[in-house]
Amino acid sequence: MRELICITCPRGCHLVVDDNKNVTGNFCPRGVTYAISEVTHPVRVVTSTVKLTNSVYPRVSVKTKDPIPKSKIGAVMEEINRVSLKAPVKIGDIAIQNVLNLGVDVVVTKNIDK
Amino acid sequence: MDNLSYDIIVIGAGVIGSNIARVLSEYQTRVLVIEKDNDVCARASMANSAIVHSGYDPVPGTLKARFNVAGNKLFPDLCKRLDVEYKQIGSLTIAMSDEDMVTLESLKERANTNGVPVEIINHDRLLELEPNVNPKAKGALLAPTAGIVDPFTFCSHNMENALDNGVQLHLNEFVKNIEDHQDYFILKTNFATYTCRVVINAAGHGAYSLGSIFERFDYKITPKKGEYFVLDHYAPGLVNHTIFPLPSEKGKGILVSPTYSGNYLIGPSSELSLANDHSTDPATLAMIKAGALELVPSIPFTELIRVFAGVRAAPTDHDFHIAPLKKHPNFIHLCGIESPGFVSSPAIAEYVVNELVKPILNFAKNNNYNPTVRPRIHPETMKDEARKKLIASNPDYGEIICQCEKISKGEIIDAMSRSDHPHTIKAIKKRCRAGFGKCQGGFCQPLVARLISEYYHIPLTQVVYSKLGSNIVRYRTKGDNDD
Amino acid sequence: MIKKHYDLVVIGGGSAGMAGAIEAHKLGIKNILIIDRNDYLGGILNQCVHNGFGLTEFKEELTGPEFMTRLSDEVKALNIEYVLNTTVTSILPDKTIFASNREGYHIIKAKAILVTTGCYERNAGAIMLPGERPSGVITAGTAQLYLNVYGYLVGKRVFILGSGDIGLIMARRLTLEGAKVLGVAEICPYSNGLNRNIVQCLKDYNIPLYLSHTVSDVKGSDGRLLGITISQVDEHNNIIPGTAKGFECDTLLLSVGLVPNSPLLRDAGVELSRNKGAIINERYETNICGIFTAGNVLHVHDLVDLVTKESRLVAHYINEYLKGNSIIDQIYRPVVAGDGLGYVLPHKVGTHPLDEVTFKFRVRRPVKDVNVIFYEDNQTIKSVFKPVLIPSEMTEITLSLDELKQFKQTINVKLEQKQ
Repeated sequence: MRELICITCPRGCHLVVDDNKNVTGNFCPRGVTYAISEVTHPVRVVTSTVKLTNSVYPRVSVKTKDPIPKSKIGAVMEEINRVSLKAPVKIGDIAIQNVLNLGVDVVVTKNIDK
Repeated sequence: MDNLSYDIIVIGAGVIGSNIARVLSEYQTRVLVIEKDNDVCARASMANSAIVHSGYDPVPGTLKARFNVAGNKLFPDLCKRLDVEYKQIGSLTIAMSDEDMVTLESLKERANTNGVPVEIINHDRLLELEPNVNPKAKGALLAPTAGIVDPFTFCSHNMENALDNGVQLHLNEFVKNIEDHQDYFILKTNFATYTCRVVINAAGHGAYSLGSIFERFDYKITPKKGEYFVLDHYAPGLVNHTIFPLPSEKGKGILVSPTYSGNYLIGPSSELSLANDHSTDPATLAMIKAGALELVPSIPFTELIRVFAGVRAAPTDHDFHIAPLKKHPNFIHLCGIESPGFVSSPAIAEYVVNELVKPILNFAKNNNYNPTVRPRIHPETMKDEARKKLIASNPDYGEIICQCEKISKGEIIDAMSRSDHPHTIKAIKKRCRAGFGKCQGGFCQPLVARLISEYYHIPLTQVVYSKLGSNIVRYRTKGDNDD
Repeated sequence: MIKKHYDLVVIGGGSAGMAGAIEAHKLGIKNILIIDRNDYLGGILNQCVHNGFGLTEFKEELTGPEFMTRLSDEVKALNIEYVLNTTVTSILPDKTIFASNREGYHIIKAKAILVTTGCYERNAGAIMLPGERPSGVITAGTAQLYLNVYGYLVGKRVFILGSGDIGLIMARRLTLEGAKVLGVAEICPYSNGLNRNIVQCLKDYNIPLYLSHTVSDVKGSDGRLLGITISQVDEHNNIIPGTAKGFECDTLLLSVGLVPNSPLLRDAGVELSRNKGAIINERYETNICGIFTAGNVLHVHDLVDLVTKESRLVAHYINEYLKGNSIIDQIYRPVVAGDGLGYVLPHKVGTHPLDEVTFKFRVRRPVKDVNVIFYEDNQTIKSVFKPVLIPSEMTEITLSLDELKQFKQTINVKLEQKQ
């Protein structure tokens, strides 16, 4: 059994998912969809920064282009922390291709000329 | 003994030590000031009411009365030549009852004895001068010679003037022991051992224990904390004078005053505390608020930008101690300099140097003494054309760092280029007012930290807020080495 | 080169300023200048590297820097004039603007001004944080700048006071960058952040949230934070004795609210409301004709998408003003916020509004199943049912011109529990 707060709308229903994936506590059907996906395959977009050289700014922001499994956040951060880019960089530049073979790239989210 | 390290060592760079250093620099004598904090004006001299009291209030015949009255007279000219903001706005001590009005008469008598001009004004005149004062007030004692001052620059520019005229200052240095070898002292600090003829103990809260190395005193110091509110400068005309309640046993009471920067200061409380306890607590602040609202009912506490506490070194016998030690006449001991210490400081300094030290060392005038400090430039108060010219000659004055107080990069660089240069965020705040406004450095602190880092060539992780160890950012991320 | 005259000067080149300038340009105002103090356009979004922006504005989920770049690319594509590294030091009621930068001190005349200077963070002084004042006590946004733009951690053992979204977002960012976040204390009995952030920034990382708790003491040594104490509070926010919990930490992040950054407006003579934003009519015009305001300097928004939407609407009214369609001699009907409502915008509505008016408000505490009622005397003019309203989410309700016509003296707004 797991307890969740629904994030689909401001109401924030307190959901309970039992071992048979029955959802209770939801005000509307969207709560069920949210709860099932959270207990079966929770995913998150990771946003962070990477080192940047050749710039007055020592960091540039990045994100995983698509959500990755929640369980992989720590491992992806370790990869992100190893990367160093050189200015100029622009939005969409690939910082890490196919990070940890998850099929997702880590991409730059800011334009920095110098 | 010849070849002494210094003629005079001054311990402490608060408002007393800084003034003494300045007056000493008028003479041909070798002076070292040692200060345990990393800036001048770091303790009680920093956190107080910053009022240049008129001097009507101290008991006649006390050192407090003598130096307050004398110090008050020195402030206008001294502030002018040291480029310190000072305004003689006068003070009003408010009587809330007929009984209080009788007390005002006795205060007036005391003022007459102290030689301080005062006037008792009635309800109507009071409300004319101060429309926001509680309309229930019966009248007030007007002391026109009271003033307000920028306490930080006052200390700093006293020290700057001393340094410009040859005094040396060591920060982050504290005395571990002093030995009296009759015609000289050996003074051991955390850094070095010095010899000197005269020691001037202006160590504030530390003065008592330093003096106790040589002498047992028949008084004690009981640190008393005072907490304050600071309001933003968006209520012009809330009060035009420093507003006091009637003085009581505990002191001058909770005042409401404009400050040199147009802010409002409300406080202080008076509670027994430890000397280094600068904490604030909600119950005390609530008490101050209630007291202040009694004087001025419309104080806009929604404009609150900061609360702070200062600690007075209050002597149990209620008077200053300024004298050579009995058996060690070359050790000048200054202790228990609580309020009105700030206003008294220039007069105390003249007395100490001219009456106590000069007879010992018999030094000559320093003919190269420069009585002024380099004036500061504040673009925001300049006329448009002058400001344009200034920026054309130095673009740093066009770059605004502190949005709230409109302080330019040029002003901060100028402060760092002076002899009494600031090393910390707080030291810059004290000298330039960057970070003094409503965002309290939320926006400018990172910019000021980077300026310090660049100017002194230290990594950002080494930039401190105030004391040593108060680093703002401690670690680089992602395994980077310090830049 | 800054010119001496503009039709519209936009002060603050963040999301509100850029969206306003873009919309104004599209409406036909060509002589526009945006002034910003930073060395880029985009304001605070530059340091908001997390995602969740743009779902309504661009119909996709973007990070802060991506969102601001979409807008700044458009500003540049439209050739809207902008000047960076420039601080407006004051404005006068006659719409003279004084601006300072390294090139000089500039005096600019504008026909209309849009002030979009954002907000600042409420800090330790303003909340009378008890105890000592060591370093390590820092507002969440300042810590965010140090972390996301410069690459520094304030400390490694962090406690957070206030459950505002910046604090929650920082809880996750600090955790990902190797700091230990010990907990978040919130004085209210409910969170002030979005549920999404409670889940994805706290619960994902097992960071405890202490509701009805506040920091009751701060301890430092040699100027550096050593630890804090939190205590539970009662319904009057008074500390309940015996509930103290201590935490050893080197950092206390404050996420205790944002305040409109409105001193420029105030110094110009603009009347401010209790929340420090300007008092505005339905056209987002202040008491000074031709000075308009939008975004977080007016009222703090929960989403940047709402900021840009507001600013675009204001651009429309600026255009009407510049075309001479401002009705100066109209009589204003004050908008009165009833119990349970923090504020309602606009503060007043003229007798001749140009369009329907969207009222924006926040509740003071979470409520369920309420009717939001617009009324005068005993007459309900509009009633809208809301299943849930929470303080951290702004609500909008639009009244038509016909509905607005029915109000004579005042427009009252109240909440009523649905039976």
